Amino acid sequence: MGKSASEIAELVASGRRSAVEFAEEALDAIERSNGILNAFLSVNRDLTLEAAGRIDAMVAAGEKVGRLAGVPVALKDNMCQIGFDTTCASKILNGWSPPYSATVVQKMIAEGAVTVGKTNLDEFAMGSSTENSAFGPTRNPIDLERVPGGSSGGSAAAVAASIVPLALGSDTGGSIRQPASLTGVVGVKPTYGVVSRYGLVAFASSLDQIGPFSRTVGDSALALEVISGWDNMDSTSYDGAKFSLVSQQGVPMDGVRIGIVKEFMDGCDEEVLAAVRAAAEQLSKAGAKVDEVSIPETKLGLSAYYIIAPAEASSNLARFDGVRFGLRVEGSDIAETNVKTRTAGFGDEVKRRIMLGTYALSSGYYDAYYGKAQQVKTMIKRGFERAYRDFDALISPVSPTTAFRFGERASNPLAMYLSDVCTIPSNLAGHPAMSVPFSADSSGLPIGIQVLAPALGEELMFRIAFSIERSSGGGGFGSLDPALEEVMTGGR
Amino acid sequence: MVDSETNQSPSAPSFLPEGWEIVCGLEVHTELKTRTKLFCGCLNEFGSYPNTNICPVCLGLPGALPVLNGEALEIAARIGLALNATVQASIFHRKNYFYPDMPKDFQISQYDIPLNADGYLILPSGVRIGIVRAHMEEDTGKITHLGGSSGRIHGAERALIDYNRSGVPLVEIVSAPDIASPDEARQYVTELRAILIAIGASDGKMEEGSLRVDANVSVRPIGESEFRTRCEIKNLNSLRSLVRAITYEAQRQVEVYTAAGEVLQQTRHWDEDRSITVALRTKEEAEDYRYFPEPDLVPLEPTESWIGGLRESLPELPRQRRLRLCDLVGLDSANDQIETAILPELYGFVDAALNAGVDPKLVVARASNELASLLPIPDGYELEWFSDLCRMEMERKLSSTQAKAVLQESVKSLTPPAVVRDRLGITQLDDDELMIQIKSIVEENSDEWTRLKAGEMQLKGFFIGQIMKKTGGKADGKIAAKMLAVLLSED
Repeated sequence: MGKSASEIAELVASGRRSAVEFAEEALDAIERSNGILNAFLSVNRDLTLEAAGRIDAMVAAGEKVGRLAGVPVALKDNMCQIGFDTTCASKILNGWSPPYSATVVQKMIAEGAVTVGKTNLDEFAMGSSTENSAFGPTRNPIDLERVPGGSSGGSAAAVAASIVPLALGSDTGGSIRQPASLTGVVGVKPTYGVVSRYGLVAFASSLDQIGPFSRTVGDSALALEVISGWDNMDSTSYDGAKFSLVSQQGVPMDGVRIGIVKEFMDGCDEEVLAAVRAAAEQLSKAGAKVDEVSIPETKLGLSAYYIIAPAEASSNLARFDGVRFGLRVEGSDIAETNVKTRTAGFGDEVKRRIMLGTYALSSGYYDAYYGKAQQVKTMIKRGFERAYRDFDALISPVSPTTAFRFGERASNPLAMYLSDVCTIPSNLAGHPAMSVPFSADSSGLPIGIQVLAPALGEELMFRIAFSIERSSGGGGFGSLDPALEEVMTGGR
Repeated sequence: MVDSETNQSPSAPSFLPEGWEIVCGLEVHTELKTRTKLFCGCLNEFGSYPNTNICPVCLGLPGALPVLNGEALEIAARIGLALNATVQASIFHRKNYFYPDMPKDFQISQYDIPLNADGYLILPSGVRIGIVRAHMEEDTGKITHLGGSSGRIHGAERALIDYNRSGVPLVEIVSAPDIASPDEARQYVTELRAILIAIGASDGKMEEGSLRVDANVSVRPIGESEFRTRCEIKNLNSLRSLVRAITYEAQRQVEVYTAAGEVLQQTRHWDEDRSITVALRTKEEAEDYRYFPEPDLVPLEPTESWIGGLRESLPELPRQRRLRLCDLVGLDSANDQIETAILPELYGFVDAALNAGVDPKLVVARASNELASLLPIPDGYELEWFSDLCRMEMERKLSSTQAKAVLQESVKSLTPPAVVRDRLGITQLDDDELMIQIKSIVEENSDEWTRLKAGEMQLKGFFIGQIMKKTGGKADGKIAAKMLAVLLSED
């Protein structure tokens, strides 16, 4: 079990351990594990050690270092950082090195974090298993025969395998929470607009939100405090949202009204349901008032999502045309170059969604598809608002099942899409939600509990998450796959 | 919305066969004179070295996001107010299509809810042209085709793209189909351009592409209430092209109908060299732009107080200026002199001279006849030099002939008029001396004088000429004429 981000930051800031040491540990762990885990797509050893060295120099000079001093951090490879390639796990961007860094990256670095590498994902964040990566799937550290979930599977796996204490992912329909649940770590999707999207390669702009992965609730709280806030480079970012999240640890639950979302329980594995009920019982014991609540509108979430997200994606991904950056396959004229480049560069799932989205936006179909889906989005928001008249927060399963095997759903897109049925409504509503590891099924596979809160309700959401973490015993679930364990500790 | 039926010109253009009329609407794109681009901090500057005013946002790099330029929004709303439009809550849309000059492969534009709607513009003739909308959007990059023989897209070997223009703020002003002739189209663009310059929205340079015009043209038999199929004409780079293209296109369509053919809804290109319009694409081939609301930008919700502030800050508009000048010089309606004197390029000079208390008639005359012929007035010619010149003439320190010469030299050499006058050694005769000179001319030419007195009035010119010759041009022609008249009546 690796150290937490807050422990590392304290050790480095006080000069007891060096940032370079932690960076080297993380880089070595990537090198040892990546052959079987494939959590990372790229590293830049020199840049990482140089950044860590700067932190150590600051400490030595008695300068103030940030709240993440020397903390090794992994970035999902759809976020830009100067010095690292950004591929989005797509052949179309293979080798593209951005000339600028995402706002979240700048904020993390300003607090002393040291980025150690870019993590694997489903191509352009489209998928729920990381099997759609053009550079091969990531394996679940708990069971190498199973998927880590997705699309932020690489970040989840990197944290679950204790390669890094902290990683960033992006969540458009569950892409942080579902892999967090399947790998037994904490994963947070903040309120839409709380974290700047500048420098995140867009999938579905109105739904995308960056958030942290960590092994403790406290580390995610710390990370979210660092990366949230107004950004003048993102028009949709919230002005003035500043949370006190770390301080929510241990705040009593007395009188907090928590609803279990009935619709999210439908169709879930029995062991998942049992975990949610057990977590509810623990919350009651802690003083919360727990009851069931029905939000029937959420049933429409999946359908609306698979209109809105592909529609926006079809437009967002148009720029990958072979003209300015990334892959270029020459044709006899520019139109043919566009087509050849995109045919060669995009994988099947990306093509499927571009086609879906293009169709949904076509004149004559717009009202029936995109227009209708927007109405559903509003309905779901209202449904949540109704629930929040009687409840302060909600809980539910994150994923209907625990981690599934490779190939199990890859050939059946609809079955794959159903992985996100409990997570999508929060994206459509723009509300915060997170996955907190709580228990494991009979095969030892982790089960996370989803905590949902109203817009900007992050403080209460974290208070509940801390409570769940405490009642579960804390520290994540499921032990590493023995084969991985052996590689990770090999030679020691 | 303006009812176009009530706005028809009384007569159809004479170049069309009897019984036919033109229905024309114009789409005018104007680049806004902002410091920076519409959605990023890059400089909005014409003529910079290619691909130097660029950043992740206007290059459409993965992960970059647009942020609206407040200055552009203000100018766009001022355009709406100057065109008597309603400035309303609005949103941005994405217009999706693939083209290499469009870095994101979509253009951020406004679609069904524009910033400005339902305005109008009144031509100098008094004809009212409806403005359907005036909305914001971003400009594209600029492609230069190289190689091949024609210099055109077809046959070019390669293309260079300059993204300096990518993301430059544009406002598209769409008129109602209220324009009934090529000349009205010319008047409309002229007046619109003057408005845009007056409010500081645009520099109005058609040759640099900061004002671009597309014309929607259809024809119909007079008396028919339905609109017929229209064609959109592109590549109208000057007022001359605009007039010629509409004329050609209207004649073409009438010929098609006369031959019992059908006009197809097409986008047509004005070929300046061949003086014809050529079909680019028909409606069936038109792209589906898959418009949808731009999720990366927030809705615009202008407040009443913000709009009120902008309205108050609007300067005098060309129409008000025209009426004011007419009033000052005592005209009921504007003549060509007034129209010239209100050219945006002359605003500052005319105002400075009027403020200096110069006779408005003299100001309008010197501005429209002399100053206008010297356009473009070079930087460095000071506003007050023009008022100084007018004042010198008004105070008869210069004759009108001298004033014209001094003005020309003053603009050419960027020198104050008093200095020019001294340099040219110009002095004005006083009236007594002029009278003495005139009397001696009368004596020297007694034959002609007798004939003039007998009623051969054309000999007046002869005497004026003699006076000018004798005084070396120092005499004021008007004064001389008056003195001549006095002498005639005295004898």
